[in-house]
Amino acid sequence: MIKVQTQDFELADEYQQLKQDSQANGAIVTFTGLVRDFNQQGQLQALELEHYPGMTEKVLEQICQQAHSRWQLGQIRLIHRVGELAVNEQIVFVGVSSEHRQSAFEAAQFIMDRLKTDAPFWKQEVSGGQKSWVEAKVSDAELAKRWQ
Amino acid sequence: MTGHAKVNILFFGQLKQVLNCARLEWPVTQAMTIAELKQQLMQQSDSWQVLAEEQVLSALNQTLCAADARVNAGDEVAFFPPVTGG
Repeated sequence: MIKVQTQDFELADEYQQLKQDSQANGAIVTFTGLVRDFNQQGQLQALELEHYPGMTEKVLEQICQQAHSRWQLGQIRLIHRVGELAVNEQIVFVGVSSEHRQSAFEAAQFIMDRLKTDAPFWKQEVSGGQKSWVEAKVSDAELAKRWQ
Repeated sequence: MTGHAKVNILFFGQLKQVLNCARLEWPVTQAMTIAELKQQLMQQSDSWQVLAEEQVLSALNQTLCAADARVNAGDEVAFFPPVTGG
C-alpha cells in the first residue's frame, strides 16, 4: 500500500494492517520519519513538502517492487505526507512484514534509502518567516549506493 | 489543417521558483531530444539559463530520462532539482 497525502497517519493502524495480513509473517519492522527541530539558520517553524503528482506514486511503487524482488516479504505499507508540516510532525512511514526479521529490517532500510534519492519530493524549511530550499545530501546518495 | 503538436512541460522545486513557471506547453515540430528542448527553452531569457545546470534532472512521461531521450507530441516532460523527500 502506497499513499501520498497531506493528512497525518496513525502508526497503530498501520501496524494492525501489517499484523493482520498473514499469520506466516513472524516479523514486522516499521520506520517513521519526523520533522526535526534543527537547521543551521535558526529555529525551524515548518517544512513545506512539494511533490510531482503521478511520478511520485510511480517511483514509490517501483521501489516497493524492487524490495519485493530482493527479499521475501509479506506486505509493504508506505505513506509520505506533503504540504505544510510543523516540527515533530510525522513525514513518512515505512512498514514491512516478512517471515523473519533480517528481510524486514533490510527491506525497510532499502526503501527509505531509495526514497531519499529517487522519489520526487522537494522540501523547503520555513524559519523566521523565511523559506529556504533543502539541498540533497551527498550522504543520502552514498547510503543508497550500498544497495547496488 | 492540423493542430500544433505540443508537449506539456512541468517544473518543480526551486527550479519552478527561479523560473516563476509551474507548467508550459511547448511546440514539438519534429523529433526532438530533451537536450534540444532545453536549448529552445533557454532562448527565452537569461533566467532560463538555469536549465543548463548540471544538477537539473529531466523526466519523460514520469520516468527519469537522459538528455538524448526523444520527445514526442503529447509527452509530459518535467525538469527539477535533486530530490529531498523522506
